[in-house]
Order: sequence, then structure tokens, then C-alpha cells
Amino acid sequence: MADIVLDKLSKRFPDGTTAVRDIDLEIADGEFVILVGPSGCGKSTTLNMIAGLEDISSGELRIDGQRVNDKAPRDRDIAMVFQSYALYPNMTVRENMAFPLRLAKMDKQTIDAKVEEAAKVLELTPLLDRKPANLSGGQRQRVAMGRAIVRQPKAFLMDEPLSNLDAKLRVQMRTVVSRLQKQLGTTTVYVTHDQTEAMTLGDRVVIMRGGAIQQVGPPQELYDHPRNLFVAGFIGSPSMNFLHAAVEDGKLRTALGDVPIGERIRRQLDAADAPRELILGVRPEHFEDAELVDDDTRRRGMEFTAPVDIVESMGSDKYVYFTIEGQRASAAELEELAADAGADFSGGGAGLVTRLSAESSVREGEGRRVWFNLEKIHLFDPTTGHNLTLHEGRSGGALAD
Amino acid sequence: MSVNATPAGADVSADAEHGTGRHAAVPGQRARRRGKTPLSENRKAERRLGWLLCAPAALVMVLVTAYPIAYSVWLSLQRFDLRFPDEREFIGLENYVTVLTNDFWWTAFGVTMLITVVTVAVELVLGMGLALVMHRTLVGRGIVRTAALIPYGIVTVVAAFSWRYAWTPGTGYLANLFSDGAPLTERASSLAIIMLAEIWKTTPFMALLLMAGLALVPEDLLKAASTDGATAWQRFTKVVLPVMKPAILVALLFRTLDAFRVFDNIFVLTAGGNETSSVSMLAYNNLIRGLNLGIGSTMSVLIFLTVAIVAFVFVKLFGTAAPGSDDGERR
Amino acid sequence: MAVETTTRAKLRWGLLDVVVVVFALVPVLWIASLSFKTPATLTDGRFWPREWTLDNYRSIFATDQFVRALVNSIGIALIATGIAVVLGAMAAYAISRLDFPGKRVLVGVSLLIAMFPQVSLVSPLFEIERQLGLFDTWPGLILPYITFALPLAIYTLSAFFKQIPWDLEKAAKMDGATQAQAFRRVIAPLAAPGLFTTAILVFIFCWNDFLFAITLTSTERARTVPVALSFFTGESQFEDPTGAICAAAVVITIPIILFVLFFQRRIVSGLTSGAVKG
Repeated sequence: MADIVLDKLSKRFPDGTTAVRDIDLEIADGEFVILVGPSGCGKSTTLNMIAGLEDISSGELRIDGQRVNDKAPRDRDIAMVFQSYALYPNMTVRENMAFPLRLAKMDKQTIDAKVEEAAKVLELTPLLDRKPANLSGGQRQRVAMGRAIVRQPKAFLMDEPLSNLDAKLRVQMRTVVSRLQKQLGTTTVYVTHDQTEAMTLGDRVVIMRGGAIQQVGPPQELYDHPRNLFVAGFIGSPSMNFLHAAVEDGKLRTALGDVPIGERIRRQLDAADAPRELILGVRPEHFEDAELVDDDTRRRGMEFTAPVDIVESMGSDKYVYFTIEGQRASAAELEELAADAGADFSGGGAGLVTRLSAESSVREGEGRRVWFNLEKIHLFDPTTGHNLTLHEGRSGGALAD
Repeated sequence: MSVNATPAGADVSADAEHGTGRHAAVPGQRARRRGKTPLSENRKAERRLGWLLCAPAALVMVLVTAYPIAYSVWLSLQRFDLRFPDEREFIGLENYVTVLTNDFWWTAFGVTMLITVVTVAVELVLGMGLALVMHRTLVGRGIVRTAALIPYGIVTVVAAFSWRYAWTPGTGYLANLFSDGAPLTERASSLAIIMLAEIWKTTPFMALLLMAGLALVPEDLLKAASTDGATAWQRFTKVVLPVMKPAILVALLFRTLDAFRVFDNIFVLTAGGNETSSVSMLAYNNLIRGLNLGIGSTMSVLIFLTVAIVAFVFVKLFGTAAPGSDDGERR
Repeated sequence: MAVETTTRAKLRWGLLDVVVVVFALVPVLWIASLSFKTPATLTDGRFWPREWTLDNYRSIFATDQFVRALVNSIGIALIATGIAVVLGAMAAYAISRLDFPGKRVLVGVSLLIAMFPQVSLVSPLFEIERQLGLFDTWPGLILPYITFALPLAIYTLSAFFKQIPWDLEKAAKMDGATQAQAFRRVIAPLAAPGLFTTAILVFIFCWNDFLFAITLTSTERARTVPVALSFFTGESQFEDPTGAICAAAVVITIPIILFVLFFQRRIVSGLTSGAVKG
């Protein structure tokens, strides 16, 4: 077990592209850290550099306080689980799991004992003598995990280990991974492009984009207080609604009506030659059917009316999509997120995603009065992407003083 | 743990991202990177291992062939006829002019080209079919594979003799079967028989390489494709062929190289009569029979150059499927 | 692909098999048939012999000339095949998996060697071997065979190594394997079809070679079968050696059959299935 320190780590490829740029990260002993971001953000490259599968162009990597830049993977005592599982097809499950131990020249009895134990933990015992070709996807995934845990390494590296499983199995395996990591208490770095995995698994989440870290923190922290547009848009499902907002007479003119702004933000906007155009961000769950809001709550937000497009009842709550007029919010970050999602991102003018309580009697086609919480909204500078509502790392909504 | 408590520098502002971020490489940096990035230990170890692994093969190949090849090239620049040893002298490219303005050479060149194109094309198709049969057959796989490979295993000269016998009027079963003339004494029929003999003998070579390539096609992929509703032909062209590309390249490349140097079959079947000589036969006649080492070597170098061009085209056509090319997969 | 085991599928494959076997074996049978014919009926133009005789076989085994050649051929071909496959696998692995300067040069040069007409190389080789005392010895043939088999071996094997998922090697490295261990225990077993294919091709190449063998040998010490065949004459000067040559051809095809029978089993698919993905 060990702590891992990334000190100004960079990766440049021979063709001149920079995949990772000056990354700083301290991973504490026993911590479960998630690297998350859209494809091409450098998360896998970073993982490979920690593993030793990829050379470090500059900066320093320390494991347990020791510089390991030039150490071969096998001298770093780290285990890795691959997205493709990378099981040795010519070996049985038992041989696959015993492989690292045999390479470490352990005696046969110890190897057998360790393999049996790991197999028991992962419920692989009845499969030990099968070949990978005769296993299901979930079983293969567990064998890959087994091969990693069997030698009790200093740290686990996992490269999108669940992304090849179907949705149901993925949820199931997520808890397996989580429990396993807690049980073993081994430092773990986990790469994923799935923000749900990032939110549910890690002690801390590192959001990357274009080879650089955007924000680091516990999942809830990132969710509540995103530093910039990218983080705000990436974390959360369905994702945050982004609307175009124009600053006029100390108010924000938006498709949801005129949004008042608090003293502090006003000062901030006045002081600098702040842009007159901002991006308003509201998460789906910060909307509510106006009928269901009590007076006390009503005061903390504002209301608007919009035509209902689609209602998706989830049982526990309802996803309601509204059509709203107005200009589309645009920023480089949003386009990038949209491209990664492989679809048009829900910007202004297209639609508003809200999560209303299940009691709401909302119906498709009607116009509905909706309330939203002003204390929870975010304002972003469209050019820099900065979250303007953030004060000392915390977001206080539009009204914050 | 709060955001503020996270390690220094964890937050790279979006400023950096936009301003200098994406195009962080200022000219100075780029120059340094292109130039001498100091090699890490891993990199160095990888290089050393690469050289170490290649050294024995490279050494053997160079030691055995360097002198003979250099000597051939040197001879091609000389007038050197063993019948007139006194006239040996350095004449530059004169031999090349002599050969390239010679009608015999161009006739042989045409014959060789024809044989190469026809046999390789036919062999590719037949070889692919044969490979599929050898790979997929349900009945007697071992026997079929072995039987199919026997023609390649038969000593070429013997095989050629058997064909000559078969086509010789009076003695052969094929000659009696098909025609009343003597097929090996007419140009068109001779060439056809030469090509038939070539195809019969070397299709297994093609098939074996292709079959080994087929063995690499993942069954899962085929299954997935057929559940997606792909027809057998679509599965073959969309799934099988792309995976087999490297194997096809190797098979095609080496078959072409060999076909262009066709020698034994012609030597036995027609001895080059009726304008059926290949370029290799001409070279042989000059080098071994005629003992005109200068001209013979020149022809060798010309054959080599032609083959080199063909090989170059193949390798280019196949792009990243060629050995040693960077496929970018490593990242 | 789902293996269809219905009778109809079997029948279809059986039919295809028959076509393949006929296509491949009719000319071989013709040679065999010639080997059983008596000198008198040799040229009767019939496919099957009218009178059967074993004389041709007796004649080739009458002296130990042929047997010696057979021993030479088998020994030389096996050794050359073994060395060429090992050296070729090493180089091909480096070429397909490692990054080092000079890689492309090696690939290019090996191809150039494969392209140079061998006719023009035998005379200089003969000179060198005489100087070095390699002429008319086993190593004197083994060396050129390895040399001219290597390009094909390197190309074939590179194509195979390329198809093995990178992740397997990375996994082996992470599991604590050195590069050599990763190769020996993970890559080589999966590249088996390529290794055996290469072995078959190289063996046949060595077995069939005539040009080098006739130039670089002069006695029974290293003379191989194809050359020995060319020295066959009939029992008297006027007798046609065709029958004997054909008998010898049949005999020397047997080792090839055994070799191929033995190795073709290893060329199977599915070795890499289950390695990656679900």
C-alpha cells in the first residue's frame, strides 16, 4: 500500500501532440481516486504513465515517496485491470490468476492458497479450470480483477474496467469493486468516461479535459460547486441546463424570465469589464412543479410557465421536458461536451430538462407553471468558463451576497 | 475533504485551457521536443532489446548476401565474358543499355509479366477458396490440409517433369485427352501449360498463408456480424478481409516476388523455346551457360529493380498492414 | 461462426474436399503411376500403369547414394527450419512490438534480399564457401537456406504478432513479466499458427531447393535429394531414368507429408478468443 504523487507530469508524443500537461495530484494511501473526462482528455495516458506502460515526458512520479519514472512496470508493484480484461486465452482461470505469482517465483503451495482465496472473494471458485473463451463477460471481468488482487500490490490501476459490461451487470460490478477496494484498503486509481461511475465509486474525482485537470474533489463537492462550465456540464445526469443570459439593469434576462442577482455578483460584474452575456446553469432537480411548492420555499426561487414537451415517469420522480424560447447558450466547453455525448447538448432554445416530484400532475402538451431554486443556480462566463457564483470554492446561487 | 484542501495546482483554470492551453507548444518548446528529448531508461532498454532480437537475423542475412549482391552489382558494370577474359573492363552502364535495347530481353520481360500477373491473380482467388476449405471443412480436415499442401511440397523440377510427360503426345494422359497437336511446341499453349503448372504448384503456398490469417479472425466478430444480419459475403468482405490484410499482403508480396523470378518450370517444360523464356532464364543462360557474367549480372540487377518497384507498390498499397509500420495502436 | 453440423453441411464440405483433393493429387498420382510403370510401358500415354513394377524403387535403394541424400536433406532442412523460425520470430517480435531506430531498414533490407535473383548469387557464394571451407558441408547449405528463408519468416511472423492484442502484453508487464517472459509465455503460444505456418513454408523451401544445393555441394557429404535426382541415370546409359526419378520423387514426398500432417494441427483458430472484451 502506498501513496502516489504526480508532480507536474506531462506526456508528449513523438508526433508533437501533448496528451497530458503538467498534472499535479496527490493520492493518499488507501484512497480511491477516479480520473474522469471525455475521450481524449488524457486520463488513460495518465494511468499508463503511473503504470509504467507509457514513458513520462517530464515531471516526476513518486510512489511511496520514491521516484519511479524510470522503473519498469514490474518493479513498481502495481496491478492493473484493463478495459479489454486482457486475459491470457491460452491459460485457465487458475493459471491466469497465478501468472503474476509464478513470475514472482512463489512456491506452489502459497500460489494455490492465494489463488483459491482470491477466487473465493470473487466467487470464481467453480470456474477455476475454465479457459477465458468459455466465460461470460462478467466472469472475465472478475478474473481480470482476481489477477490484480491476488498478489496484493501497492496499488490498483483500473482502465474503464466496467465499460464492456451491459448496464445491469455494470451496476452490480460497481458495488463489487467498491466493496473490494474498501475491504482491501488498497490505493486505487480508476479511469472512466462514465460520470455515474465517477460519482458513485470514488473518494475523490479528478475531472480532466484536454490533458489538464479541471477540478479535483469529492463527488458531491464537484456536483454542488463546479468550478467551471465543463465540470458543471460533465457531472450530473441528466446534465445541467444551460441557458443564455444577458445582463441588463442589474438583472439577468433569460428564457425563464428576469433573474435577480445578488449584491456580490453584481459588484463582481460591475468591477471588471465583465461580459454582458452570461450562461445560466440550472440542474434538473432544482426545478419543481409550482403547485407543489410551499410558500416558504417559493420565496427562495422564481416561477415561469412553459409548454410541456415530454413526460417520463420514473416512479420515484418525473423527468419533464419543456420547450422554451430564447437564444442558445454557446461556449467551447459545451460544444465539446456535446460532441462527447455524441448528440446535441441541451442548450437554450432546444429544451429544458427538469426533474419534478412524482406527485406532479403534469401532462404532455399543456402549459405548466414551474418553480426553480435561485439559491442553486450557477452563472458562467462564456469565454473563460469560470463559475461566477463560486465564492471561496462554494457556490451560493445567484442571490448570494 | 473540500475543494480548497486539494493539492496545489489541482485546478487548472479554464484560462490556461483557452489561451495557451490547446496550443501550448511555443516554438522554442517544440524545437526542444523534436530535437533531443533525453531517452528514459525504459526507452533505452526497449531499443537495446530491439537491436538484440534483430541482430542474429540481420547478421546472418548480411554476412551471407552482402558480398554476393555487391559483387553482382559490380559485375554488371563491367564487360566480362568468360570466353574473352582479356576484354574485361569497367564500362559503367553500357551493359544496361545493351540489355534494355535488346528485343530478347523485352520479349522475356513481357512473358514474365504475363505469367506473374495471371498466376498471382488466379492463385489469390484459388488460394482464398482453398484456405476457406482447409480452415472450415467439417470432414477430414487433416487429410484435406495435407493433400492440398502436397503440390507445394513436391520438388519443382520433378513436378515440372511430370507435367511435361503429361503433355507430351504419345506418352502423356493429358496430351492424348485434349489435343492432337503438341501443345508444348506452340507458344500460346506452352505459356498456358507453364502457368497451369505454376498455379498448381504454388497455390498451396498462398492458401497456407491465407489460412493462417483466417485463424486470426475472431469468432466473436463473425458471430456478432451474423446476428447483425450480415450475409456470408458481407461477413467475408467486412470482417474477414480487414483482419487478414497483413496475411494477404505477405502472401501476395512473396508470391509476386517468386512468380517474377519463374525459372524451373519453364526450364523443364520448354527450355525457353518458342519465345517462352522468362527474364530469370535469360539471366541464367548468360551467367551459367553463356558465361557472360557482365550481361547476366546486369539482368539480375534489372530483375531485382523491377521486383523492388512491385514490392514498394504493394507495401504502399497496404499501408499500415505492412510490417514495421507504425499503426498508432500503441498509445 | 456457428458450426453447422447438419448432414447437408457435411455433404457440402465433403464435396468441396473432394474437389480440392482431386485438384491437388491428380498430378501427384500421375508421378506415382509413372514410378510403377515398367520401362516398356512408361510412354504408353495411360494414366494407370498396365504392368506394375517395383523395380524403380529397388533401383534407387540399390546404392546408398539416395539414402545418404535423404539423410542430408532431412537433417539440413530441419536444422535450417529450426534456426530460421527462431531467429525470424525474434526479429519479427521486435519489429512488430518494439520501437527502435533501424527497424524499417531491417524490414527493407530483408525484403531486398528476398528479391535478388538467386541465380546471380550462387557463383560468389561458391567462391566464399570454398575459401572458408564451408563448401560441400551441411553448414554450407544451412546458412544460405536460413538467409533466404528469413525474409519470409520475418514477414509472416510480423503479420501474426501484429494481430495479438497489445493489452495482453501490457497485462503481462503489469503482472511482473520481463519482455522475454511476456514473449515466451504469452505471445509465442498465441502466435502458434504463424510459427507453424512459417515452419512448414521454410521446411518446404529448404527441401525443394535445387540451385544452391547443386552449386554448393559436390559429394554425398552434403548433397541433397533434388540434386541426387539429377544424377540419376538408368541402369545402363541408354535407359530412361524417368521411372527412377518418379520413384524417388514419391519417396521424398513422404517426409513432407509427415511434416505437414504433424504441424497443420497447430494451425487452428480461436487461440486468441476470450482474450479481450466480453
